[in-house]
Amino acid sequence: MALLLSLIVLLPLAGMLFLFAFGKRIGEPGAGIVATLTVGGSFLTAVVLALDFFTGSGATETARWFEWLPAFGVAAELRWDQLSALMTLVVTGVGSLIHLYSIGYMHGDARFGRFFTYMNLFIVSMLILVLANNFALMFVGWELVGLSSYLLISFWFERDTAAAAGKKAFVVNRVGDVGFIVALMLIFSVFGSLGFDTVFEGARFHLTEGMATAIGLLLLIGAAGKSAQLPLYVWLPDAMEGPTPVSALIHAATMVTAGVYMVARTGSIFELAPVAAATVAIVGAATALYAATIAIAQRDIKRVLAYSTISQLGYMFMGVGAAAYAAGVFHLMTHAFFKALLFLGAGSVIHGMADEQDMHRMGGLARRMPVTFATMAIAWLAISGIPPLAGFWSKDEILAAVFERGGSWKILWGVGLVTVLLTAFYMTRMMWLTFFGEPRWEAGLEPRESPRIMTIPLLALAILSVVGGLVNTPFKLTLEHFLDPVFEGLRLVHAPGGSVAWILAGVSVAAGIIGIGAAIMRYRGPVPAESGPGWRLLGNGYYVDDLYAGVFARGGKLGAAWLAFRFDARGIDGAVEGVGALTRRVGGWLRPLQTGFVRSYGLAIVAGAVGLLAWFLSRGAF
Amino acid sequence: MTVTPGWYMALAAFLFVIGTGGILLRRNALVMFMSVELMLNAVNLTFVAAGRELNVLDGQVSVFFVMVVAAAEVVVGLAIIVAVFRKRQTASVDELAELRG
Repeated sequence: MALLLSLIVLLPLAGMLFLFAFGKRIGEPGAGIVATLTVGGSFLTAVVLALDFFTGSGATETARWFEWLPAFGVAAELRWDQLSALMTLVVTGVGSLIHLYSIGYMHGDARFGRFFTYMNLFIVSMLILVLANNFALMFVGWELVGLSSYLLISFWFERDTAAAAGKKAFVVNRVGDVGFIVALMLIFSVFGSLGFDTVFEGARFHLTEGMATAIGLLLLIGAAGKSAQLPLYVWLPDAMEGPTPVSALIHAATMVTAGVYMVARTGSIFELAPVAAATVAIVGAATALYAATIAIAQRDIKRVLAYSTISQLGYMFMGVGAAAYAAGVFHLMTHAFFKALLFLGAGSVIHGMADEQDMHRMGGLARRMPVTFATMAIAWLAISGIPPLAGFWSKDEILAAVFERGGSWKILWGVGLVTVLLTAFYMTRMMWLTFFGEPRWEAGLEPRESPRIMTIPLLALAILSVVGGLVNTPFKLTLEHFLDPVFEGLRLVHAPGGSVAWILAGVSVAAGIIGIGAAIMRYRGPVPAESGPGWRLLGNGYYVDDLYAGVFARGGKLGAAWLAFRFDARGIDGAVEGVGALTRRVGGWLRPLQTGFVRSYGLAIVAGAVGLLAWFLSRGAF
Repeated sequence: MTVTPGWYMALAAFLFVIGTGGILLRRNALVMFMSVELMLNAVNLTFVAAGRELNVLDGQVSVFFVMVVAAAEVVVGLAIIVAVFRKRQTASVDELAELRG
């Protein structure tokens, strides 16, 4: 058991080390096949291990590797329970599909082997994050996914924009990490340990509400950094500079959901801090609406999807903030399916269009790329919340659970509902600009369907996007009961049943259909110009990037310049030189004592001896 | 009249003061050197006298050490003085004041 559990992490790790050493030598497509097989093997191992959970006979297992930091009460130890099992299945399952797709997408790249080394590194890091049995090991995974994200965003580092985007992602993530680290310090100061069992079982006895709120809010900062929530979302749209499979795997399906996973995992802390939990939900709702409005006006197909991801992550935060952890994790799972599919489809389009990403120069691709179109259409309907596709069930469950909390939570439900409409609108806009209407691409370009190695993952993800939602319907809450043991003892919020459920579902489906209809009406004819001041405001993301660049980046640079050229030159150097000058001056005063006359030294010695003698005699020491 | 240790002490103090005065007043390095020897032997005298009075050998042992070290010192010191004299044609310590600060 422990061996198999370790194998889940060790397989991709072995693949990574092997590719690190020999990736360049075995080249294309061997490196990709090795990477895909190791991740696929890890997935199969996870399936075998998870079988006990599916039959209901499984119990939480751990695999201890070695004593690591005894002072913090932590060992390098993996934890296998229903939540980590689900996350592992999503990461390795979607991960192996995307690895397979990458073999086709990265065809001909000069650093083919290195790409798969990094991809496997990411899988290892993410598995450490979700399988860790204590906060310290989780933090190791947390940082490692940040590192692999950085390496993959700036994979094409010859492009300045890609290098800058990687740097930006790294720096913004670091801001969030500060919150996470301080939260860990507080947790350690209260519990004297960072082990999950100690903390979660002792939370209700040792945590005051104030301390729980502080820890919760700090964890939220960390989660907002990793999961691209307000106000730390700015790195994610830029992260689209990386290769598209990276965007699909890391910046849509897995890594960015780490914040959601972390809040769900620490549910027993958030339960004691209603203010912090409500803040999580509010941040989520605000981000969902905010990012959806920006997504409407993007011309780059990948940036539409990036803002869409931010918006959907907002839904998940709403869910876990409302203590509907199963709903949040459920949406995490379905979103991984249809958003990965959307990204891979977009990658297929970009591939076919010879690296064109501007949707205004696409159009009419449906007939050229039938498989890409059909699979993306499924994802489009899924994210728009059309039943019975995956997105409908999970999004609806979050909205219903938030509605169920009552009171001012209904405002958040309203925000979520508006976001449903906007989501349907911008996704339909994207579909129409890309696949319908007159071709607007440059003459001479002959878009063609991508090779089969890329379309097979699309088909697999399309099937998952259709049936993935059926694991947790209001009629049969399989996933929710599956996760029950993890959240045992917590006051959970469940979606309402009966007629309320039908009405809520009807309202959100109606919102989705209105959004789709409005977009079709607008984009079925010639493409509108979309160049007014409003479009510019949204297209530039409310100029928040410029604001951050002007305030934080410029401020930071000015501060650093002051430190380097003023404080260092005058302050530090001044202190060092001041000590030197002082020594020199005191030496100057003392110089005349050194006369060079032996006899004056002799006189001083005699005088000293006589003085000592007089002193001893006066004390009567003899 | 018996010669008590007090006499030896007085003689030693007298010799020591002569040596000290020689060092402080004479300019010739060679004479200063002789004065130093005088001071060392004044101290030796106290050691021997006290050792005999107290009937222990420690004082005489110490004297042997002082003599050996003084002999070595004389060898080095005289060599320096001769070398300086050859170079400067003088042995006056007041003219050898290059190390003034």
